[in-house]
Amino acid sequence: MFTTVSTFLTTNWLGQAILILLECLAVTVPLLVAVAYMTYVDRKVWASIQLRRGPNVVGPFGLLQPFADGLKLVLKETIIPSSANSVLFIIAPMITFVTALVAWAVVPFNDGWVIADINVGILYLFAISSLGVYGIIMGGWASNSKYPFLGSLRSAAQMVSYEVSIGFVIITVLLCVGSLNLSQVVIAQAGWFWNWFWLPLLPMFVIFFVSALAETNRTPFDLPMSEAELVAGFHTEYSAMTFGLFFLGEYANMILLSAMGAVLFLGGWMSPIPYAPFTWVPGIIWFCLKIAMLLFVFSWTKGTLPRYRYDQLMRLGWKVFLPVSLGWVVLTAAVLQFGGWVPKH
Amino acid sequence: MLLQAIAFYVFAAVTVGSGAMVVVSRNPVYSVLFLILAFFNAAALFLLIGAEFIAMILVIVYVGAVAVLFLFVVMMLDINVAKIKEGFLDYLPIGAMIGAALLAEILFGLGVLGGTAGTVSTFSKAGTQALVLDNTRAIGRVLYTQYFYLFQVAGLVLLVAMIGAIVLTLRRRPGVRRQRVSEQLYRSKEAAITVVKVPTRGGVS
Repeated sequence: MFTTVSTFLTTNWLGQAILILLECLAVTVPLLVAVAYMTYVDRKVWASIQLRRGPNVVGPFGLLQPFADGLKLVLKETIIPSSANSVLFIIAPMITFVTALVAWAVVPFNDGWVIADINVGILYLFAISSLGVYGIIMGGWASNSKYPFLGSLRSAAQMVSYEVSIGFVIITVLLCVGSLNLSQVVIAQAGWFWNWFWLPLLPMFVIFFVSALAETNRTPFDLPMSEAELVAGFHTEYSAMTFGLFFLGEYANMILLSAMGAVLFLGGWMSPIPYAPFTWVPGIIWFCLKIAMLLFVFSWTKGTLPRYRYDQLMRLGWKVFLPVSLGWVVLTAAVLQFGGWVPKH
Repeated sequence: MLLQAIAFYVFAAVTVGSGAMVVVSRNPVYSVLFLILAFFNAAALFLLIGAEFIAMILVIVYVGAVAVLFLFVVMMLDINVAKIKEGFLDYLPIGAMIGAALLAEILFGLGVLGGTAGTVSTFSKAGTQALVLDNTRAIGRVLYTQYFYLFQVAGLVLLVAMIGAIVLTLRRRPGVRRQRVSEQLYRSKEAAITVVKVPTRGGVS
C-alpha cells in the first residue's frame, strides 16, 4: 500500500502535481494557524507590558480569540466606497496576502525540508518581500481618499529605503556563505551558536532586524498606518475580509522576515549546542523557536517604543544604515579575501 | 517540453499584451501597473530559459524599486490624459523610427541582417562555461574578468547620473532649523538642567 502510493506520487505526473499541492498545504496551513496565534500572542505581550490581562474571555485563557476575530471579519459586510477604484481596491489586499505566502516556498524548515530548493533562494525571498509594498500602494490609491493615500505614499518611500540596507545585509551574508541557496546558508553556520552569523556579523543583524521592522510597517516605523495622524493609514477604507487580508498579510510578513532572520543569522534548523541531547530535538523545533524569539522582539518593540518622526525615519535609512551596511560589505569582503577565508565551492 | 512551450507562449503573450496596454491605457497609473505585469512576465521568460539570476534581479530592481518610484510619481501627478493624447500623431513618426532602429539593432546583433554575429559567439562561449557552474557564478566570472572595464565604466556612468540628479534637485534654503542628532546625544544632564533650591517666599531670579 505505502509503496504503491509513494511510486504514484513520485513517478506519475498527476501524482507529482498532488504531491506539490500537499507540500504547499503542509506549509500554508500551519503558517495560517501561526498567523492567527501570532495576533493572540502579540496582544498578550502588549497587555503584559501595559499591566493588563489581554484577551481572556473567548475560550480558556482567551485561546479561541483569533478564531472569533476571524469569524467576525468573514461575516461582516465588505464595503467598497462609491468613489473607489473597485478592481484595484479588491486586488490590493490579495496582493499583500499572496506575496506574504508565496515567499515561504524557499524557506528551509529542516535539512531538505523545503518546497523549492532553488539556487537563488535568497534573491527570490528578497524579490518577493519587496513586492508586498504594491498591495499597500494600490490599496491607498484605489481608496480615493486622503488618509489612505498619504499612508501609501509614506509606505512606498519607507519600504524602498529600507530594502536597500536589507540588500546589503544579504550581500554580506552570502559573501560569507558563497552560495545563494538558503539551505547552504544554514549549513555554512554549522557548529556552536557563536558560529552562527549573528555574532560575527552583529551590526548587520541589528540593521537587518530594524529594517525588518520598517519593511513590515511595525512600530516604531508604523507611519503608513499611524492612527494619531492618518486614522488607520492605507487601510482606512477597508472593512471585513478585505481588511482581514491586509491584517493576515502583515502578520505573515512579520513571520516571514523572522524566518529570514533565523535562516540568515541564527543558524536555521541547527541546534545551538552541537552535542547529543540537543541534536536529538528535530531541526524544525529549533527553527520555530528561533522564529518565535524574533517575533517576541517584534511585539516587545511595539509595546515599548514610540513612533519615529518621518524625517528621522528617512535619515536613519539613508544616512545611517546605508553607509554602515555598505562599509560593512567592503570590510567583510576585505577580511575574507586577505584572511584567506573566502568560501570555496 | 509541451508544458514549457505552453508556458512560454502564455508569458510571451501577456508580456506583449501588457506592453501594448502600457502605451494605450488612458490612466497613467494603469500604465505603470501594466508595466509591472510586463516586467513580471519577462522575468518568467528568463526563468524558462534557465537564467534564474537575471529573472530575480529583474524583479528586485525593476519591479521592487524602479516601478515603485514610477508609481509614486505618477500617483501624485495630476495628469490630463486627453491633453497628452493630442500630440500623439505628431510624435508617432519619431516613435516608430526609434522602434524600428532598436529592432534593427537587435536583428543585426543576432546576425539575421547579415552581421558578423560577434556578440552571439562570445555570449555562447560564456554559456558553455556556464554549463559546469551555476548561473550566478557564471555571470560573475564573465562580468568581473572579460568585461571588467566595461562593467566599471557602466558603474561610473550610473554614478555620474546619480550625482547629476542630486545636483539638480539639491536646494539650500537659508534659515531652516535642522536636527543635529549627535549634538542631542552629547548633551549631558548637567549642561541641560540646573537644580535650584528655592527659598520660601524668596524666589529665584
